[in-house]
Amino acid sequence: MSSLVDIDNLRVSFRQDDGSFTEAVRGVSLSLGREKLGIVGESGSGKSLTGRALLGVLPPYARMSVERMSFDGLDLTSATPRVRRALRGGRMGMILQDPKFSLNPVMQVGRQIVEAIRIGDRRISGAAARKRALAMLEAVQIREPERVFGLYPHELSGGMGQRVMIAMMLVREPDLLVADEPTSALDVTVRTQVLSILDELVTRRGMGLILISHDLNLVSRFCDRVLVMYAGHVVEDLQASHLHQATHPYTRGLLACLPSIDGPLTPLPTLNRDAGWAAS
Amino acid sequence: MIEIEHLTVRFGPSIAVRDVSLTVRDGESFGLVGESGSGKSTLLRSIMNLNRDWDGRIAINGLDAHATPRKRLAREIQMVFQDPYASLHPRYVVGEQIAEPMRINRMADIERRTVELLELIGLGAKFRFRFPHELSGGQRQRVSIARALALEPKILLLDEPTSALDVSIQAEILNLLNRLRGELGLTFVIVSHDLAVISYMCDRLAVMRNAELVETLTREALRARDIRSDYTRALVAAS
Repeated sequence: MSSLVDIDNLRVSFRQDDGSFTEAVRGVSLSLGREKLGIVGESGSGKSLTGRALLGVLPPYARMSVERMSFDGLDLTSATPRVRRALRGGRMGMILQDPKFSLNPVMQVGRQIVEAIRIGDRRISGAAARKRALAMLEAVQIREPERVFGLYPHELSGGMGQRVMIAMMLVREPDLLVADEPTSALDVTVRTQVLSILDELVTRRGMGLILISHDLNLVSRFCDRVLVMYAGHVVEDLQASHLHQATHPYTRGLLACLPSIDGPLTPLPTLNRDAGWAAS
Repeated sequence: MIEIEHLTVRFGPSIAVRDVSLTVRDGESFGLVGESGSGKSTLLRSIMNLNRDWDGRIAINGLDAHATPRKRLAREIQMVFQDPYASLHPRYVVGEQIAEPMRINRMADIERRTVELLELIGLGAKFRFRFPHELSGGQRQRVSIARALALEPKILLLDEPTSALDVSIQAEILNLLNRLRGELGLTFVIVSHDLAVISYMCDRLAVMRNAELVETLTREALRARDIRSDYTRALVAAS
């Protein structure tokens, strides 16, 4: 089996006030090689929950069922919490959207990166860990790593905070990285840099990447393959370069409602949702 | 019409806006693009007098922004913020959010106006008694727009009005804004990091970087790539 991740029929549901369950992810299957897979969809489509289920970090009140979920040959459905915990950080990493909520507010960011390094390698010396953290900060295009190392999260801009989080995840060089909207807090120019850092890692280290995003154009430019999710289903699975030849009306609708620099000035087409899309 | 002359905004030792001059004409839709920290939101907030500490001159429809009382200014110009989740009062129902500015200004027929505004932005009177948490992001942004229009201002400042929304909802809100501008003869100043949105919405735009105005160009110039600064060119290439 060559694929890094295999998921078959993943379902995630949440209990409602009246005791019934509503499904947020309804039978998602995917397999990932050492490639860049994009998952796109609107808020509420279940794309983030899919990523979280794979990492094993769903909220405790979520109910999950899956027929098969494996990572590099390891069966995740039967893995103990201890094994899953050992995988996270070291072999599977996750980058979340908002650095404001994901960094420890009372710890210098450099020390947070050092902490990540030392959890992975308990014998590394303090000086060596610091050196690696600084090198990593430099690798994510932070101009004065020495100064930024000593800053607290509230002293960073959104873009810098996001790069610090990416540094913290990449410093352990995981085999799989789930990036949940990693660039939506970033400016377009910084975004390109951050994506090229991720791209280099995938190519150089043979890492698998799942990029979760609502930005169709970004995903089609950056990823190899794209899954389009709607209401908990994968409605379309296509090569990223063929995104503009998508056939599903939802994908076509999403593409059509984007304004473009040189586009017409007539009212933007809006999406008419078909009840049938959610049922498939 | 907004006239800004030599506007400089300082926060302690750092300069957020440096010597910016620009004019937004009546009925125009004007865009401001730039990276985060480039000063575009600070510029908007200074026009609104949300930070009062600036040097230079700002005139809104001929009224000096420093010297005019806020209540008077509020009838000329209103602002819509990026995050509709944060800009609505969580414990006011929608009708109250929209009615509050009218109540403060002792306007007549508040009830009727509230319903009219709700219909204008495409929600309808039945939404009057809903709380913000019962609405979707797009619906909340519509409520923010209705509230901004309550005092019948001539100018709307829109600070990233759609960046918290899904693309399909973004299209609906942009269409709504364009329709309102046509129907009510409004002037827009739109801040966005998305050049595609600006190119779609605005007749002219200014590019800001590191607190300074890099260049001002028309939509036609942008589309013809008739661009003077390398920075603007890089922005176009990246989007």
